[in-house]
This record gives sequence, C-alpha cells and structure tokens, in this order.
Amino acid sequence: MNELNATRRTLSVLVENAAGVLSQVSRLFSRKGYNIESLAVGTTDDPAVSRITIEVMADAPMIEQIMNQLRKQFPVYSVQELKPERSIRRELVMFKVKAETHDIRNEIIQIANIFRASIIDVSLKSLTLALIGDESKAEAMQKLLEAFGILELVRTGMVALERGAYTIEDETKEQTEFNLGKNFL
Amino acid sequence: MRMKTAQILMECLLEQGVDTVFGYPGGTILNVYDEFELHGYKDKIRHILTAHEQGASHAADGYARATGKVGVCFATSGPGATNLTTGIATAYYDSSPVVFITCNVSENLIGKDSFQEVDITGISMPITKCNYLVKDPNTLADILREAFAIARTGRPGPVLVDIAKNVTAAEADYEPLPLAEHPNHGRLAAMLRRASHDLKAPEPDAGDIQTLLDMIEQARRPLVLVGGGVIRSRGAVPQFRQFIETLNAPVASTIMGGGACPGNHRLFTGMIGMHGSHASNMASNQCDLLIAIGCRFSDRVATDPATFAPNAKIVHIDIDRAEIDKNVVTDHHIIGDARRVLELLNAKLPAHDYPEWKEWVFSHKEVPLKKDDILHPHEILETIQAVTDGDAIIATDVGQHQMWCAQYYHFSRPGQFITSGGFGTMGFGLGAAMGAALGNPGKVVVQCTGDGCFRMNCHELCTAEHYNIPVITVIFNNRTLGMVRQWQNLIYHKRFSQTDLDRGPDFVKLAEAYGIQGERAANQPEFEAAFRRAVASGRPYVIECAIDKDAMVHPMVSAGTPVTDFILD
Repeated sequence: MNELNATRRTLSVLVENAAGVLSQVSRLFSRKGYNIESLAVGTTDDPAVSRITIEVMADAPMIEQIMNQLRKQFPVYSVQELKPERSIRRELVMFKVKAETHDIRNEIIQIANIFRASIIDVSLKSLTLALIGDESKAEAMQKLLEAFGILELVRTGMVALERGAYTIEDETKEQTEFNLGKNFL
Repeated sequence: MRMKTAQILMECLLEQGVDTVFGYPGGTILNVYDEFELHGYKDKIRHILTAHEQGASHAADGYARATGKVGVCFATSGPGATNLTTGIATAYYDSSPVVFITCNVSENLIGKDSFQEVDITGISMPITKCNYLVKDPNTLADILREAFAIARTGRPGPVLVDIAKNVTAAEADYEPLPLAEHPNHGRLAAMLRRASHDLKAPEPDAGDIQTLLDMIEQARRPLVLVGGGVIRSRGAVPQFRQFIETLNAPVASTIMGGGACPGNHRLFTGMIGMHGSHASNMASNQCDLLIAIGCRFSDRVATDPATFAPNAKIVHIDIDRAEIDKNVVTDHHIIGDARRVLELLNAKLPAHDYPEWKEWVFSHKEVPLKKDDILHPHEILETIQAVTDGDAIIATDVGQHQMWCAQYYHFSRPGQFITSGGFGTMGFGLGAAMGAALGNPGKVVVQCTGDGCFRMNCHELCTAEHYNIPVITVIFNNRTLGMVRQWQNLIYHKRFSQTDLDRGPDFVKLAEAYGIQGERAANQPEFEAAFRRAVASGRPYVIECAIDKDAMVHPMVSAGTPVTDFILD
C-alpha cells in the first residue's frame, strides 16, 4: 500500500445473516494485512441479510483488491465503496462525563445542546451523552468534554448509505465480473 | 424416504458419481464408516484407507487433478481434521476440486474442549472456497449438493463439510435428486436467484474480446503465457492449441500450465520465472504484448512484479476477478472461463506469424546438459519419457526434482503433471500419485521425489502395496535438501545449515519392509533397466537414484529480482 495515498474509505457489505460470516469477513482484512478502523453490523429490512459497514485506511488499488476478495466469499451478496461525496456517514458515540456540581452539569448540557447531543443518563456524579455524527463532530465534542473528565466512551462504528435512491445492489458490468469471482456454476 | 443421515451422505456421494473416497476413520465419523458395511456401500464406493490423513488429502487432490472429477476425502474430528489442513491448503493454492468431509463431536459437546474436538471450519476458513458445519440432519443433503457444486465449478477449489456426530446418527428425509436438477433446488437455487445475473454461463464481455483482438493486430512481439486455469477449465486445451497455432507466437508456461502446450511444440519456450528457461524469461522481457491465460503472476513467475514484462501491454484472462491487478498491474483483462474466452477469440482471430521475433526468442539456448558416467537428473526424466513414450503421469514433491520435471519432461495433456505449484508441499507426491493412478487405471504413474520429501510421507507405501496401486517412486537422492542447499550455495556463501541428510533409511530396504520391490541406480543404463522392470511389474516400485549433491537447477533467478537477472555459477 502507498501510505501517502491512503485515505479512510467506507465499504458497505451485504452478507448472509449466519454464524461465522462476520468472522469470515473480518479475518479477510487481517489476512491481507489491513487494519479495520471501524466496523458496524446489523440486520437489514430482510432478516436473512445483514449489512456490515467497514472503514479502512487504504489506497485505491488496495480497496479494489479487498473488494474483489470480499466478493469471492459465498456468504457475501454485494460490496460497494461509499464515496464520501455521494454518501452519508453517521456514528453514535456515547460519552460518560464526570459532572459533580450543578455548574458543571449546566455547562455540559449547554455543550450537548450546541452539538445536538442528547442527555441519556444523569446521576449526581455523572452525565451520559449520546451524539450522532461523523468523526469530526465526535472529535470536537470529545475535546471539549475532556476538560471535565471523560469516564467512559463508546462508539458504534460508522454506518453509511448512498445519497439519493441508489442501492448497493445496482447492476453494473463491474459487478457482474465481481460475481464471477465467486466462481460458481 | 426416511433414513439415517450417515446413509444420506453416502447417497449424496452416489448422486455426484463418486466412486472413490480416501480417508481414515475415527470416533466421530464411525456412523459414516458403518454405512460401508451396514448398507453395503463398500460395493458402490471404493474406500482407500491411507496411513495418515495427510496422505488421504493428497490422494483425493491427486485424483481430482488427474481426472478432472471432484476428489473426496473423509477424516474424523480433532487431529484427523487438522492432519488434513496441509492437504486442503495444497488443493486451495492450485485450485483443485476436493470435498473434505469431517465429523465433529456431537452438538452437546461442541465448545467444551471435548476429546478430539477442534474448530475445523474456523481453521480451514482461509484455505477453502467455502465450508460448513452441519447441525441439522435435514440440511445435510442440500449442503452436500452445494458443496460439490462450489468445489467443481468456476475456479475450482476445496470445500469442507464438518458434520456433528449426533447429526450422522439422526434420521432425516431424503429424496434422490439427479445431478442436473441440483441447481433448481434448495440452497443452490436460492444462491442462483440472489445473484443479479445468470451465473450458469459466465459469458466473457464481447467488447473485452474485441479489445484484445485489436491489441493483437497492433502487436509485433506477442507472447502467450499459459497457467493452470487452462488445465482446470474443461475443454480449454483444444481451444488453447488452436489459438496458439493461429497466433503463431511463442508460448511460455507456468508450472501449473504444464501440458496445455505440448512440451516439444515448435512454439513452446518452456517454463517461465525463477527457474524459467532463457527463452521464456527473455521473451517476457522483450515482448510488446503478453497474453496471460489462467495464471496469477505468482512471485515465482513475476519474481519482481515492478519489472515484469516492462515493454509489454499485459492482458490477463482469468475466471477470478480478484486475480486481476493483484500481483502485476495489467493493461486489459477478460473475465471468463478460459475455454469460452479462447473459443470467442478463435472465432475471430486471423492467422499471424512473427518470424523475426520467434527467431530472436528461440536463439536463447539453454546451457548444454552434462553427459558422463554418473546419473544426471535430466537423464532420469529423458529415460522415463523414452520408455513410456511420453505418456506417463508424473507426480512430484517439491524442490529441485520438481523443477527438473517441469524443465525436462515433455507434458502433452492436462492432468499429466501433478505437482504442488502454489503451496509447495513437501510430501505431496506419493499420495497424489496414488490418487492419480487410481483415477487412471492402465497408465504408468511415476512419483518423482527427493530424499528429503520422500521421507515426509513415505509411510503411504503401505497403502500402495495393500491396494496394489502401481506407482513407480523415483527418488532423486542427493543426500541433501537440494533446493535449500542450492540457495545456501548461491546466496548464503556455502553455509550449509541443517540441509545435509546424511542419514537413513536405506530406501531399498524400506521398500522391501513395505513389501515393495526396490532398486538402486547410479548411472543411466542402470536406471533404464530398473525403470523398465518397474513398468513391467505392474506393481508399486521404488528406484533410488544417486544424484550429485551439488547438482543445481539452472537457470535460476533470485527472488525479488527481474526475471532476466540469471544467476551464473
């Protein structure tokens, strides 16, 4: 991989919802030496199909190669790179922040309002905030909250969809070729 | 029909036309083995009991390579299953269709580190096309049909089906289904429906074909590079030969492509790569169009991908999209089955000739071969060639003898050269040769091996003896790990670390201990006489050949350097 051309890229993968499929997909990345930056998985409108959203640091040839390898896996139904300019990416981040006085709680709530984060839990000593956004928003909020003391932080991993009415199963010549990678019948 | 799942498994093998299974029984696979006796399946399916599961895995692989049919291998859970892994990887790297059937512990014991329990589906994930853990008796028939279809079709490869022991004892409904109907039922049908196009006929893109035809018209110095894809694709070889006759350009081959182009063909430049011929490697350097069919530019072919075929437009024809631009960046590609692509090319390709280019390519001669009173590797292969009229199937292990086979034996048909090209598995040869012999009764099958390799799986001699599988084992005995020694000789300043094999056994006595005739040969006439006796015997046979310890494979190019940087003595 050319480190200079490596950027954070988002792959959206539709897979059979079955045991072992997530491990099959994720170990492909480790086998080829790619480090997964973020991974989110859940079922789709069809309960037999799961969608995995994976983000990796990669250059163009490398992402091409990993997509080809993914498409060869039998439980993988379709794979597409979601280009930033054509897609929307969101992540849910939960922050548990130290908040032991009335003033601090107020200040944190104000910050939450600015970021349109919601307060989802409160105790005498802490506040828990949930933020939906991309990584720059989460990072900005994290920086501000660090001043108060972050007790815990958890992120779901990025999920992403293409803008407009496109779906990732749109047929193209490339995709036909890719399906041949499955080498089947 | 209601029957025990173990019996359904046997019925499914019969549906696939399986007549030979290699394997080794054990605790968890008892129900399956019981069917051979209980319902007499031993009369319909021949089971070859090997000495070790690894031997069974290589035998199933060799059977598949030599026949084009799917090989089948049985093993029990735990160590039985893990002993298969080298064999599975060997099949995977060379795209050989083998279905491995293992049984695991019963479901209630899975995940408890039970006796002989291992997660073989997890272990084999990166070395199978697909694998399954069967926990529901009702799904077994469906899964087996899918497993065979996946192993056999497209780019072939190994598939593993692991069945929990309690499943093999349970009863389920079984409806016989003829092979042709499989794609219309169950999981296979569902998989075909999901695909956004017709997977049954992966049709190469007409525009891509035309682009290549146009590129051929522009080319002045084309070179064809043939790989294992042409061997694996059924019916591709006649199309390939028509293609090269029409194009009339030089043809180089990878080790896996051996047999696609006859070894003595006027256009054949020999093997390419690390131990490629001068003609092949120089041609790859100077060609202006490289048409690579069914190969993957491995590091043993494109030793330095950045400088491989530097003056050429590279066109890659492959059935697997993931191979395109993986190792070498190409200028054009065609996705499809080699047979179909070549058929479409042949339909439109006008006759060509490149007299000056061919003259230049074939002006590169090899170093003259030695001939004196000791036995040289090339003499062994020339003798096998002459005595069998070039018809013998050659199975090899890995190392110098493997390269000599690729260089000096003229392969003339697919399935004639059985070798572990991708994975480089020492100990592959004997098992593979047995599989090839069982799949080709009446053919002479020669296992060429080194003393190091042979020692790894020589216990399979008992299998060859017991079933009277007439494999002729030719040991190139140089009393050293020859290929490693060659590297130590050339690159490690003659520091021969741990490569001397100055130890037993006496291979002739070893053969005799297994009830097999053994002989020694120290020069060509001795070898020829022994080999003729071996062929005439129709029995397994061992011939130990004394080879010079410092005999080398020439030419040689170091790993990571351009293919034209030949190492000289």
